[in-house]
Amino acid sequence: MVTNDLINSLYVFILAAFIGFEVIRKVSPLLHTPLMSLTNALDAIAVVGAIILAGERKSTLALVLGTIAIVAATSNIVGGFIITDRMLKMFKSSRTPKS
Amino acid sequence: MIPQSHLIEATYIIAVVLFILSLKWLSSPATARRGVWAGEAGMLLAIVGTLLYQGIVDYKWIAIALVLGAIIGVPLGNVQMTAVPQRTALSHAFGALCVTLVGTAEFYLRTPNVPPFVMSVLSLEVILGGLTFTGSLMAAGKLQEILPQRPITYKGQNFVNLGMLGVAVVLAVMLVRDPSNTHLYPIMVGISLIFGIMMIVPIGGADMPTVISLLNSYAGLSAAAMGFVLNSKLLIVAGSLDGASGFILSVNMSKAMNRSFTNVLFGAFGQVQTAAAGAVEQRNVRSATPEEAAAILSAANKVVIVPGYGMAVAQAQHKVRELYDSLTKRGIDVRFGIHPVAGRMPGHMNVLLAEADIPYDKLLDMDEINGELPQTDVALIIGANDVTNPAARTDASSPIYGMPILDVDKARTVMVIKRSMSPGFAGIDNPLYYLDNNLMLFGDAKQFVNSIVRELSGGGGH
Repeated sequence: MVTNDLINSLYVFILAAFIGFEVIRKVSPLLHTPLMSLTNALDAIAVVGAIILAGERKSTLALVLGTIAIVAATSNIVGGFIITDRMLKMFKSSRTPKS
Repeated sequence: MIPQSHLIEATYIIAVVLFILSLKWLSSPATARRGVWAGEAGMLLAIVGTLLYQGIVDYKWIAIALVLGAIIGVPLGNVQMTAVPQRTALSHAFGALCVTLVGTAEFYLRTPNVPPFVMSVLSLEVILGGLTFTGSLMAAGKLQEILPQRPITYKGQNFVNLGMLGVAVVLAVMLVRDPSNTHLYPIMVGISLIFGIMMIVPIGGADMPTVISLLNSYAGLSAAAMGFVLNSKLLIVAGSLDGASGFILSVNMSKAMNRSFTNVLFGAFGQVQTAAAGAVEQRNVRSATPEEAAAILSAANKVVIVPGYGMAVAQAQHKVRELYDSLTKRGIDVRFGIHPVAGRMPGHMNVLLAEADIPYDKLLDMDEINGELPQTDVALIIGANDVTNPAARTDASSPIYGMPILDVDKARTVMVIKRSMSPGFAGIDNPLYYLDNNLMLFGDAKQFVNSIVRELSGGGGH
């Protein structure tokens, strides 16, 4: 059972890495800063692991570490999406007239 | 009735699709904002799905933590654009902290029944997470100038660093063989935390774009490792997307500096300083006043502006925009040439110029602009140095030999705004400044650009 999970996880990892390479290679250098802040926000999906840890409350240590982890990840989610959107809003083409 | 676990899994699958679309839409500025919305929707869905999980017995702390995280996140999302590099480093630190804490809690919950494979990825998770946490805090501190920006090197540094990493790996192996050795765990995490600090000590400001990208990659990989530990496909996908992104950016950055990863991490640029300083000789340098610079610019048809970190430090981007406006109004074609490692993180200059309302189709990357520079009348360099140094093309003894540069010396006239003749970060003399077609404009970037703009708008008639 454990080995099955492991092999499935490896397949997922390899496929996701390939998709990641192909998709991100196409991102214009113009947007490399927003790319980094967006992937950082998406990476904070680790919050789901922290939520379960804090919610299950299997030990005091798990509750404390899980709670701190939720705070850290949530600040990345909120801050990351806000700043990415702020940056992208600023990118304007000279062909589209500004109001 | 659909079982709850299937419902949660369904939200995760949709979240994965939305995450991939999010990055796909980011490929062009026209669809990029849609990408942010897709990411937000996926994130919200996954979090709501997780909150439905029946094993959760207590929501109080989760709620408090989510609110607290949001309270910290809002100001971090609203920092000034010039502070984006340090904010990014800080967010890598937070991401890595989350992963390290979850991994640590998992270890203490499961020990001594941890299968060897799980213990291996868990060790990878917390070693990478730990070093990324402290390393990113150090990087943020250097970028914020709380810590000295100069690289600090000492004899045997690489030996010490590699030795520490080696000990951490040995401890990990011992834990894999016998996970009941709980006393080894804090030592392993402690060493990776210290390693993160030591790793960034020899890194200087100009290496920051590579280092931030590398830390980004580590943060992603540690999250993917956490996905293996928790058997969460969602985390594996998100972590490998982040890891792939950081990896691609690191490769781009090191290529743009003609250096390998190992060279960035183990060979501080500062070491070449003494070697280069000996070769100073008196050569002719021509300088010009703002009036002269304005006259040359207004006589041009094609102008390329090359911004660097100096423009960010002087906060000159809005003045540069005024210069862009007044030149464009005269029918002069103005474009920007942006080197991949200009600034302190990938894409740093683009964001600053976009903030100043310069249209993004005027921002060209190195390969595009290099084809145009021989037909350019004036190349105006604002706060960039090493990325314009022709020695990288011609002088095999130069420490930056082989690094791809912006060929500004091929423009008819080159003008460099610079405070003084002192060499750039790498301590390398720039032969560009002694060329016959080069004019030095001595002064603060913001003030000098302002004086040029005033000249152009004032005395332009006669």
